[in-house]
Amino acid sequence: MLQILTYPDERLERISQPVEHFDDELRNFIVDLEATMRAGPGGVGIAAPQTGRLQRIVIVDVSSKPKIRHHGRLVLINPEIITWEGHVLGREGCMSVPDYTGNVVRAERITLEARDESGALLRHELEGYEARAVQHEIDHLDGLLFLDRLVSRRNDLFRRKHYQKTADA
Amino acid sequence: MTTAPHWFMLTVVGKDRPAIVARITAALYDGGCNLGEASMTRLGGNFTVMLMVQYAGNTAALENTSAPVCESLGLKLHVDKIEGQLHRHPEADVHIRVFGADRAGIVAQVTTVLADAGLDILDLQSDVAGTEDKPIYIMQIEGRALQGVAALESAVQILDGKGIEVQLEPIDLMLG
Repeated sequence: MLQILTYPDERLERISQPVEHFDDELRNFIVDLEATMRAGPGGVGIAAPQTGRLQRIVIVDVSSKPKIRHHGRLVLINPEIITWEGHVLGREGCMSVPDYTGNVVRAERITLEARDESGALLRHELEGYEARAVQHEIDHLDGLLFLDRLVSRRNDLFRRKHYQKTADA
Repeated sequence: MTTAPHWFMLTVVGKDRPAIVARITAALYDGGCNLGEASMTRLGGNFTVMLMVQYAGNTAALENTSAPVCESLGLKLHVDKIEGQLHRHPEADVHIRVFGADRAGIVAQVTTVLADAGLDILDLQSDVAGTEDKPIYIMQIEGRALQGVAALESAVQILDGKGIEVQLEPIDLMLG
């Protein structure tokens, strides 16, 4: 199990470097990273810099959430968001910021290019909750926390139509 | 009198004006206080704040520390010793919106039905908007659905449309 860095650890604010070698060392690290994600109660995503490894590696698995469209376990290495569409407000928390949650605006649908553990380049179309999780984790690679994107909790910015769309998906 | 630090709830209300928070919190800091969680808002043109204050003294000593600045701003001060805890936030799983033409009894009617369906309110804010001859009541609630979200959705259906709009959104927390 890896240790999760918590704010204000300055490593969380650094920009992570691309992965260059898709080797066994990388794959072993990904096993540890995934175990660390699954050990946190309710955690659906993790980024390598949250454990102090400043490389562009993200794991997301939102399959535990009922009634949403998803792609199961996603290992995303050197991920790049190619397209954004729509925006929706949702509640986020972070293992690196214990005991706080807040509202953050994210793109509703994204197209993503990323490599998997073997180095193969894959393209993913993501939406809703899964797209939110990926955007949150990619922010970690750029040294950003959801705290950097908080909007007021006092104002009701929930978009009813967007939510219904997600629920129907 | 100095004792081990303890939590107090400091309530300050009065006519609003700029820089009240700065003046009060500077006086508390100078008096050796540490602030915890706080909620400040304007209600009907009044300044209101409730502040968790950690202080190594008794209630009277904290009142003496904070009274001069409040008096100079024309504000009323109230201090209670409390059992305070930080780092214990329960997560809201529903957000409920209520709005309609203002009339007496909306809050009681809505919250009674929701409480019976298992709602534990964590945050509630309401406003009267519109105009004097056509006031609109708007309320936003966040809370925990102790009997499940479906029970609250049924309760919302009972309430919705009888002169008020009541809408419920589940809050799907994304923990990354």
